[in-house]
Amino acid sequence: MLSVIVFLPTAVAAVLLGVPERAGRRVFAAAWIAAALADLGLVAAVWVTREPGAGFTAQEQVPWIPSVGISYHLGVDGLSLPLLAMTAVLFAACAVYSLRETRRVKAHTVLFLGLQTVCLGLFAALDLILFFLFFDLSIVLMYFVIVGWGHGERARPAALRFFLYTFLGSLALLLGFILLALSAQPRTFDIPALVAVNPLAAGGPVPAFALLAIGVGLAVKIPTVPFHTWLPPAHTEASAPGSAVLAGVLLKMGTYGLVRIAMPVLPAAWREYALVAVVVGVLSVVYGALVALAQTDLKRMVAYTSVNHMGYVVLALGATGLARDGQAAVLATTGAVTQMVSHGLITGALFLLTGVLHDRGGTYDTGAWSGLAHRTPRFAGLFAVAAFASLGLPGFSGFVAEFQILAGALGPAPVATAVAATGIVVTAGVFLLALQRVFLGPLRVPGPPGAARPVADLRRTELCAVAPLLVLVTVVGLAPRPLLDAVEPAAAALSSLVTR
Amino acid sequence: MTGQDAAALAPELVLLAAAVLGLLAGSWLPRGRQWLVRAAAAAACVAAVVTAARAAGPARQVFDATYTIDAATTTARVVVPLAALLALWLADATVRGHRRETEFTVLVLLATLGSVLLAGASDLLMLVSAFLLAGVPLYALAGWVGGVDAVAARASEAAMKYYLSGAFAGVTMLAGVTVLYGAGGATGFGPLRAGLGQGPVPVVAVGLVAVLVGLLFEAGAVPAHFWVPDVADGTPVPVAAVVTTLPKVGALIAVYRLLAAAVPVAEVDWPLLVAVVAAASMTLGNLAAFFQDSPQRLLGYSTISQVGYLLMAVAVAGRAVLALPSLLFYLGAYAVTNLGAFAVLAALPVRTLDGHRGLARRHPVLAAALVVCLLGLVGTPPTAVFLGKLTVFTAAVDGGTAWLVVVAVGNTVASVFYYVRWFGPVFGPAGDGPDTCGELDAPARGPATAAVTAAAASVLLGIAGGPLLAALGSG
Repeated sequence: MLSVIVFLPTAVAAVLLGVPERAGRRVFAAAWIAAALADLGLVAAVWVTREPGAGFTAQEQVPWIPSVGISYHLGVDGLSLPLLAMTAVLFAACAVYSLRETRRVKAHTVLFLGLQTVCLGLFAALDLILFFLFFDLSIVLMYFVIVGWGHGERARPAALRFFLYTFLGSLALLLGFILLALSAQPRTFDIPALVAVNPLAAGGPVPAFALLAIGVGLAVKIPTVPFHTWLPPAHTEASAPGSAVLAGVLLKMGTYGLVRIAMPVLPAAWREYALVAVVVGVLSVVYGALVALAQTDLKRMVAYTSVNHMGYVVLALGATGLARDGQAAVLATTGAVTQMVSHGLITGALFLLTGVLHDRGGTYDTGAWSGLAHRTPRFAGLFAVAAFASLGLPGFSGFVAEFQILAGALGPAPVATAVAATGIVVTAGVFLLALQRVFLGPLRVPGPPGAARPVADLRRTELCAVAPLLVLVTVVGLAPRPLLDAVEPAAAALSSLVTR
Repeated sequence: MTGQDAAALAPELVLLAAAVLGLLAGSWLPRGRQWLVRAAAAAACVAAVVTAARAAGPARQVFDATYTIDAATTTARVVVPLAALLALWLADATVRGHRRETEFTVLVLLATLGSVLLAGASDLLMLVSAFLLAGVPLYALAGWVGGVDAVAARASEAAMKYYLSGAFAGVTMLAGVTVLYGAGGATGFGPLRAGLGQGPVPVVAVGLVAVLVGLLFEAGAVPAHFWVPDVADGTPVPVAAVVTTLPKVGALIAVYRLLAAAVPVAEVDWPLLVAVVAAASMTLGNLAAFFQDSPQRLLGYSTISQVGYLLMAVAVAGRAVLALPSLLFYLGAYAVTNLGAFAVLAALPVRTLDGHRGLARRHPVLAAALVVCLLGLVGTPPTAVFLGKLTVFTAAVDGGTAWLVVVAVGNTVASVFYYVRWFGPVFGPAGDGPDTCGELDAPARGPATAAVTAAAASVLLGIAGGPLLAALGSG
């Protein structure tokens, strides 16, 4: 079942490769939307039919390279299934949004379908090498997305920087994985097997080094301060769906790696160095928020709020390592996973909406826009909803996540949590300022002064892409129980693994 | 043990016979029919692979233990002829109808034979003969293009440089063999090991280093790498492809065999020596490749860095279970990927990176093959080189040289820069320079299909490499 979910997009892409470009972009778009929706349906089916509790559902394991201990092992639990679902939703939204794409539609569709396989595969992988394979391919495919459909010539250096930074991260990760696999007897790259064996419990320099390698590798991808510098240019230069997937899904790969690999396989080392995660998390929260406040480029601003929001996840996971009290640890971990899902949906919506803005005026500069609320009420409304959700207003998913994170982290790391809470205030300022600049005040649109250029409101495809994301954000915010029911048992299992 | 069993050398004899018969036949065939020789050579390569695969079995030594047939030799017997086959295929556009087509074919066959013999040699004298047989045909091949124009001038300069460094390396190696013989009292690897155990350490070290100079020259590793960029850049693409692929397979297996079988670690700390050479090779190759504008020169430097990664497995020979299987697998993966990249160049006669401007728009399949091969050389999963790198890194960590893996990781990241720099023009808009449009219009069919085949094989080998790796480990 999981293999079908993971490889369905690639199968569709393989078929589409045989279809000539002149078949028309409608054909490609329709195939893509159909594939994305079918995948979403399959993920929903797995969600509904999953076994309750903390174990893995829908496992598949086939020996792949047995002499090295590598197997093709897929499976999902409460940590990965929500992310799998979020990925499927986000890709479906991007498929709908891309109906308006006119540049090299065939290649664009094929590339995104491949990217979807890679993203889904990463969250379903239960083997370190399989995880690494998808991790690496996500970098390669995203590079091509940025270069091929970014904003012109400046996209190339940004994409190269993204490639180099995250590739360095991925190789550090590989080094850590090799250390993990070699420490187990018999050698294996299988994640559940490594978790069960807990091979590096004895302490010493090897677990510390392995955690350092894995931690740095994932931190580049998350990205946390000080490894975040690739993020703003990559986002500014990427297309709207590219940014949505980059921020919505690819960043989660980093934090997911922490909960799936670093914490359960290296629990002792994680506890020992949890304070580092807490500090890095808080720094990311505060720094991301403050730098976002200084941006005049709307997309860059949203990109920095990603650093801020991912910082909460790292903070929560660090607090889990520090926690003496099981309940706080579960709360923080649950909050972290919820935040990953929530941030994926919200930031995906935000990036698609900034894409609309760029589409209308060719610029992200907040100074170039003003008073759009009257002209484009639907756009303004949706952007406001997304902004409020992002700043953590109750009633949206972000609040559920951040509340749990702060409540869970307060006990183990009170000072850090107090500092991190100020980040919420700053983020509120960031979004309110942006809303005020772009949507309120006298009407001003980019272009020569005096020329009254019409600015179209959201088109139907754009609405169909963005609105479902925000509906989900609201549903999770108002009725978080179904999501939390899935996450909590797995979070509890993870917390007990970390504190063992 | 000391069988004089000629049938055991069937793959080598097939190659030799094909070379001799090819040379004779080529002298009589008209220029338009010389492709027959190439076809026969290809058939001989296939025959060599088939006989080698049938002869695979438990390790044994033949001809008074001067030649060993084991997993490593079998790998060379399979990989080198297959690489030669691919090289003959990608050479199609360059050599078909050339007045020295047969010479090209025969020289490739002889170099193939030499490389296989290098891999199997378990006697110092045998090693020297194999070194000569693997090297001398390639010196001639470097100057193969002939003529009096600028191309020929570059090629003869390359051939001259290659030959002179080869002669120097050969003499050094021969001196080293003499010293080792003097110190160990034997030339066969088994008795030599026993003899060297009692020999004077400085003498053994000097002899070993001298022998290694020859083999590292053949492999194109630092510090004997100076010929690589010039030959890779100055010769026609198929020649460059052959020179940077075939001898490496034999030479690296020879280094492994020599160190693991003949030199006690207690005598000379060769693991450290090899590790340092590996680190230097990957680092210098990478740094030099950074701002190259000629794709052939870039690939030339990249092969130097690849040898560095390969030598990592040699550095932990005997100390990690995966050392030999990872080396052998990586060699096969490297051969197919490197040849794939050269095949793309052979299909498009452009001499600058910028010449590939707009390739993705005009020839998406060829561009895809190039991307797969270049990402393969980087070591991106799921290509074969990734699996090679993964196992080599694992072996290196296992063997206690984690620092070398850190160096290799840093180098791999650095290498992304120059491989990806190549993507820029490939995916950029079509250019209108004199070097680009016209020549990009029609990629040669033979090399293009060879490139796509190699790229596909590289991915396939990466995905389905498990059983192969298991077989290499058990053999």
